[in-house]
Amino acid sequence: MTDKIKIESFSLLYNDRTESLRNINLDIEANQITVLFGPAGGGKSSLLRSINRLNDPDEILSMSGSILLDGENILDPKTDLISLRRRVGMVFARPVVLPMSIRKNITFGLEVMGERNYAKLSDAVERSLIQAALFDEIKDRLDDQAIALSGGQQQRLCIARTLALEPEVLLLDEPTSGLDPISTGKIETSLQLLKKAYTIILVPHSVQQAARTADNAAFFLQGDLVEYAKGKILFTSPHEKRTDDYVTGRFG
Amino acid sequence: MNQPWTRRLRALASDQDLIQKVGYTALTLVAVSVFIPIVLVLGYLVFKGVGVIDWEFLTAMPYDGMRKGGIMPAVVGTFYLTVGTAIFSVPIGIASAVYLSEYAKDNALTRLIRIAIINLSGIPSVVYGLFGLGLFVLFLNFGTSILSASLTLSIMTLPVIISTSEEAIRAVPQSFRTVSQSLGATKWQTIRRIVLPEATPGIITGVILGLERAAGETAPILFTGAAFFLPQLPGSVFDATMALPYHLFVISTQIPEMPFQIQYGTALVLVFFVLSMNLVATIIRSRARAKRQW
Repeated sequence: MTDKIKIESFSLLYNDRTESLRNINLDIEANQITVLFGPAGGGKSSLLRSINRLNDPDEILSMSGSILLDGENILDPKTDLISLRRRVGMVFARPVVLPMSIRKNITFGLEVMGERNYAKLSDAVERSLIQAALFDEIKDRLDDQAIALSGGQQQRLCIARTLALEPEVLLLDEPTSGLDPISTGKIETSLQLLKKAYTIILVPHSVQQAARTADNAAFFLQGDLVEYAKGKILFTSPHEKRTDDYVTGRFG
Repeated sequence: MNQPWTRRLRALASDQDLIQKVGYTALTLVAVSVFIPIVLVLGYLVFKGVGVIDWEFLTAMPYDGMRKGGIMPAVVGTFYLTVGTAIFSVPIGIASAVYLSEYAKDNALTRLIRIAIINLSGIPSVVYGLFGLGLFVLFLNFGTSILSASLTLSIMTLPVIISTSEEAIRAVPQSFRTVSQSLGATKWQTIRRIVLPEATPGIITGVILGLERAAGETAPILFTGAAFFLPQLPGSVFDATMALPYHLFVISTQIPEMPFQIQYGTALVLVFFVLSMNLVATIIRSRARAKRQW
C-alpha cells in the first residue's frame, strides 16, 4: 500500500489555546478508510481541516511540522489553496446545502472552476449522485430546491457535491452525526465502494461506527495521537491501555 | 384550617388575571397609538388635497407665481435627484458593506470607518447641506446643480445603505461561505455567487429606505441644487432643479395668497411618493423572508 498523505511532527495551537495538536505523526494509506476517533476536543476535526487548510488562519497561533500530499508539503505558504481544496474534498458534520437547486449544488464546484460544458456538468451530476447512493431517490427532481430534501438525503447530496469535483482525498467530519440509522447505513455502504477510487479520512460519530468502517484507525486524546493501527487490531486488542479503556467504553 | 389560605391564593390568582388584562390592554393601546398619527396625517392630506390632484396637476408647469398650474417640474426634479443619489450612493454603499463585512480585519482602521459611519448618520441634514455647498457647489465649482445636490444627498444616504447592506450580508450563514470555499471557490466567487444573491433583498430594502429619506429631504438640497422657481425643466446635471420638498416649503411659506388646496395636494404627492417606496421595500422584504431557507 502506498501512503497518500504523510503527516510529520505536526503541531497546531489556536489563539484561544483550545484543541491543540501535539507532534502528530501519521501516514494515511491510499484507497483505505482511515478513521480518526476519540473524545471531543481531541483535535480530530482540527487535523481534518488542516489537511485541506480550511482552518481560519486568523485563529491559528502557531502551526509546525508538515503534511505531505503525494510528497508535497501543503502547509507551505505558497500552496495554492484553491487547487488543494479541489484535490482534497470535505464533508461537514451538519449538511449545509447551498440555497439553490439540487443540480446547481453539485455543479457549483465545477462551475467556479470554469466548467461550462453542459454535457460534462450533467455527467458529473449523475455520476456523483450514483456514487453517493442518492440518484435513484431524486433523479426526477434534480431542479427542486436542495433544502426540500430530508436530512439524510441532504448529507448524501453534500457527499455527491464533493465527489463531483473528483478529489483524490475525501475528508468526512462526522458525516452521519445527525442522521437516522438507515441513512447512516447507506452512507457507510457507499464509503466502502468509494474507497476503491478515493483515499478516505473519516471522523466517525461513534466508536461503533469507527469499528465498522475503519481499515486503519487513529485514537486521539487531548491533542495527542495515542495509537495508530489497523482497525482490526486497534478495536480488538489495542496496545495502549487508554485506547482499550475508550474503545470498551470505560470513559468517553 | 387551610381554607383562608386557599381563598387568599384564589384571590391572588384572579388579581394576577386582572393585572394581565390591564397590562395587555395598555400595551395594545400604546401600539395602536403609534398608528394614529400616520392615519391622521394621511387622512387629512387626502381629505384636503385629493381634490386638486388630476393629470394636469401632475404634468403641467406652474404659472401665475405658482398659484396656478401643476407641480410637474418639482416631481421630475425629485425623480432626477433620487436617481442621481442612487447612482452615487448605491455602488459605493454596497461595496463598502462588502468590504466591511467580508474583508475588513478588526483593526484600528476598520473601527475608524465604523465610527465615521455611525457619526455620519447622526449629523443633522442642514449640516450636510452646508457641507455640500462648501465642497461641491463652491470648491469643486459644480454650482447649484442636480450634480451637487445628488452628491450631497448621497453622502447623507450612505450610512443607511452601508449599515443595512452590511447587516443583510452578515445575516447570510457563515456555513455557506465555508462550504463554498471547501468546494474550491475563491473568496470573491463565494461573495458573488452565494453571499450577494442571498443578501440582495435586504440590500434592496436598505437602498430604498435610504433613497426614500433622500427624496423627502429639504435642507441638504436647499443650498446645493434646489430652485425656487424655474420656467423650464433642467437641461443637464449642472442645472438647478425644482424639487417636491423644497417646492412644498416655498408654496407654504413664501407665496402670499397661495391656494391651500395646491399646498395640500403637493404634500400628498410627496408623501405618496415616499410611502410607495416604503411599501415596495416592505413587500420585497416580506417576500424574501417567506422564501428564505435559513
